[in-house]
Amino acid sequence: MRIVRDSLAGTLESSDALVRVSPTDGGERDVSINSSVMAQFGTQITEVVQDTLDKMGVSQGQIVVEDKGALDCTLRARVQAAVLRACADEATGTTDASTSVDWSLL
Amino acid sequence: MSHDHRPHPDHSSSRAPARMPHRSMLFIPASNAAMMSTAYIYGADAVMFDLEDGVALREKDSARLIAFHTLRSKLYAGVETVVRINPLDTPFGPADLEAAVRAGADVIRLPKTETAQDILELEERVAQIETECGRAPGSTRLMAAIESASGVVNAVAIATATPRLTSIALAGFDYVVDMRTTRGDGSELFYARCAVLHAARYAGISAYDVVFSNVDDEAGFLAEVEVIKRLGFDGKSLINPRQIDLLHNAYAPTQAELDRAHLVIDAADRAAREGLGVVSLGGKMIDAPIVEAARRTVRYADASGVRR
Repeated sequence: MRIVRDSLAGTLESSDALVRVSPTDGGERDVSINSSVMAQFGTQITEVVQDTLDKMGVSQGQIVVEDKGALDCTLRARVQAAVLRACADEATGTTDASTSVDWSLL
Repeated sequence: MSHDHRPHPDHSSSRAPARMPHRSMLFIPASNAAMMSTAYIYGADAVMFDLEDGVALREKDSARLIAFHTLRSKLYAGVETVVRINPLDTPFGPADLEAAVRAGADVIRLPKTETAQDILELEERVAQIETECGRAPGSTRLMAAIESASGVVNAVAIATATPRLTSIALAGFDYVVDMRTTRGDGSELFYARCAVLHAARYAGISAYDVVFSNVDDEAGFLAEVEVIKRLGFDGKSLINPRQIDLLHNAYAPTQAELDRAHLVIDAADRAAREGLGVVSLGGKMIDAPIVEAARRTVRYADASGVRR
């Protein structure tokens, strides 16, 4: 999926995460993660975020995650929502990818 | 998928949602990550992940994904999971349905159900998604929410539309607006409650009563529970976890009722063992509905003990 605009998903409430996605001019995918439980679960959180982005085929863009102790399922959902909000739907040519999702990628 | 950050109890071996009583259905707005992460601990018979009225327009996409991944995580194993989708004629409804069925929701709740055709259309779409994603055909159950005069008038046709429909819920807010009245002492809901309940009993499915929105009015809540329990409702839709225990306790049998139920069941089992056509207890004949009621009493006691 191709990131074409800035987007936000989630909240800074406990058990949630706020994910910011921005387009970049070429280059690698840039992921940064801050978490209130980084010491205990940092590796796992990073794995979940990277795996979610891999499955969606996100190869470029800046992804910033502010985690407040979200469960893996919440983290996955917030990353996906932010990416879908930032992407054009290349299949249909529309600017909104969120209602025509290929669920197998999620 | 890796393990979740926190361990959670796995009820799956001890609870079979399809066979549980349907006393409580707790509403959770699917956009609320904290509630979605924790609500399995409250012990409701069913949880309803809401994608419709409880979710702001700009969060519809995000809430759908939270529901999808929460269902897939098995956090709610052993609790009946219901997803309230947006109506199918909105931009959100079809995507909600895809997410819910693919993620393994036990039940799809269709809001604003007005005719049997609404349910048949939903069933057709659900069957198609099951086929596409490899889910067992027929494994997704349906629930109709009745929220209008039209839905009440057509309740029997709706309740009998398809074997997939296993429950029906009356929703009060839209209904009273449609009827040009407001919520009051319950008399405004009397006909709708009776109509929906008769349709459910005729079809052999469960019936949920409306939400009681004032969570601070415990006495009012219990008075309403007494009314709907007396009518014969299986249970109620709930908007606050604090109402669960009150409701379950009101539905729990007393010790005397439970003792009596055990006597009836023992007598029925004995009659079956001895090949007797007639069950008798203390010199009185006991017919099949009494035995079934006794078994239901025991199921309710198994679910939450005897009344305190």
